[in-house]
Amino acid sequence: MEPKKMKMRSEGLAVFYQQYQALRGIDMNIAANRVTALIGPSGCGKSTFLRTLNRMNDLVEGTTIKGQVYLDEVPIYDKEVDVVGLRKRVGMVFQKPSVFPMSIYDNVAYGPRIHGIKNRSHLDEIVEKSLKAANLWDEMGSRLNSPANRMSGGQQQRLVIARVLAVDPEVILMDEPASALDPISTAKLEELISELKKNYTIVIVTHNMQQAARVSDYTGFFLSGALIEFNTTSELFVNPANRQTEDYITGRFG
Amino acid sequence: MKRGPAKKRRSHKESFIEKTLAFSAGLFVMVIAVITIFIFSKGLPVFLQVGWQDFIFDTDWRPTRGIFGIGAMVLGSIAVTVSAMVWAVPLGIATAVFMAEIAPGHIGRMLGSLVELLAGIPSVVYGFVGLLVVVPFIRQHLGGNGLSVLAGAIVLGVMILPTVINISRDAILAVPKEYAEGSLALGASHHQTIARVIIPAARSGIITAIVLGMGRAIGETMAVVMVTGNAPVAPNSILAPVRTMTSNIVLEMGYASGDHQGALFSTGMVLFVFIVALNLVVNRVAKAGGINGKK
Repeated sequence: MEPKKMKMRSEGLAVFYQQYQALRGIDMNIAANRVTALIGPSGCGKSTFLRTLNRMNDLVEGTTIKGQVYLDEVPIYDKEVDVVGLRKRVGMVFQKPSVFPMSIYDNVAYGPRIHGIKNRSHLDEIVEKSLKAANLWDEMGSRLNSPANRMSGGQQQRLVIARVLAVDPEVILMDEPASALDPISTAKLEELISELKKNYTIVIVTHNMQQAARVSDYTGFFLSGALIEFNTTSELFVNPANRQTEDYITGRFG
Repeated sequence: MKRGPAKKRRSHKESFIEKTLAFSAGLFVMVIAVITIFIFSKGLPVFLQVGWQDFIFDTDWRPTRGIFGIGAMVLGSIAVTVSAMVWAVPLGIATAVFMAEIAPGHIGRMLGSLVELLAGIPSVVYGFVGLLVVVPFIRQHLGGNGLSVLAGAIVLGVMILPTVINISRDAILAVPKEYAEGSLALGASHHQTIARVIIPAARSGIITAIVLGMGRAIGETMAVVMVTGNAPVAPNSILAPVRTMTSNIVLEMGYASGDHQGALFSTGMVLFVFIVALNLVVNRVAKAGGINGKK
């Protein structure tokens, strides 16, 4: 791989749910301002890995984590790390669009508000900027006060992204963001992801290999809790070094 | 040919079951209708004779002289109910939040069974405990004879807690997990998530809990009769004795006759309309928000 500025890095990362080991010693580098895709069959640990990157796994009872993850070379699993501050820097978009049952405006303004911004014109500015960045402003700019759960699934997912952008994160994690969307919404989302990498580091979990090939710069292939192969996307898809990777991307299993 | 009779027998059986179910439903509707008609037919004459404004707002109740004003009792019901809710609703919602969001699983379940226990105690027992513990306590520490709005509010508050807690907790538990995750992933703390996402999302369920608790408080009789002193006078302080509409009926029905009895039915009629109105509010709220604000 060409030398690139690293944004995040995992080192010997292992995750246990009670007795079950979900991840086995993952070492991965995540390049700044690039899209990194995580692929692999269901239950391979790719979502678990994603959720360790902003410590969302802390919420699951009985989870034990070994190894370390670094954000800008600062360990995030140290005792004195402020988890709330970490999640502000490393935002997350989930599989099911999780818009809050409030207006479009309030959804986007939610993050800035909890982080203490009260000034109305400042909030207006953030909301507009975030919606524009999420390619929603043209569709929704005039309907900011209508309830967010009336929007289409694709619009809701872009609203969730706008909501994440509003807290000005550095890294955005996406957990199968397009799995509930139709092809047109998916295309819009992929286009958005390509635009966002100018300003953000993106890690995306996807079931869809074409999607990984289209949007990502790097791809990691997971199997049974292990990182089997990690490379630039073009290299991994065209010239996989590992047999299992080749079987998976050519559709022989999974 | 062979299958014909069997099929027929089955359809006979089906139609018998269907008819029985329809009959049960019809009977139920009839019972409600009969009760309603009975209350109104007995209550309306005196109600109209006195005039609805005088009956509801006049605080002069001297049934033996034919003066029927239940204003004091209406006020009494409102005073006891509102003061019970002032403390029980916040406590109940806070407990529900704790059980649903904060307590670890086994403690939440233990609290749940405690709440069930609280709901299962008969109201006369609450009244008895109120009479033996709450009333003397108020008499000794706050003055008056203890039989008071406050005693009623304390006993009633405890009695509506299970309703408020259970329904609020169910509403909070029904909030999709994605909301909480979405909020936490934005760097919100747990208590910010509870206050700004989970409770607003459960709002319609929590309002239902409050209104049902209120209905229970207004309708409760036995425990209230035992601890409030029952003077048919508008209360002027929280330590004053008070009579509620339900108490009014149960205290005087034993010896009332003629117009007096009619006036008690009128009281019941007013109460009936109160409760129906509350239920309509619940339905409206539940429909407007949908449960938990979903479409």
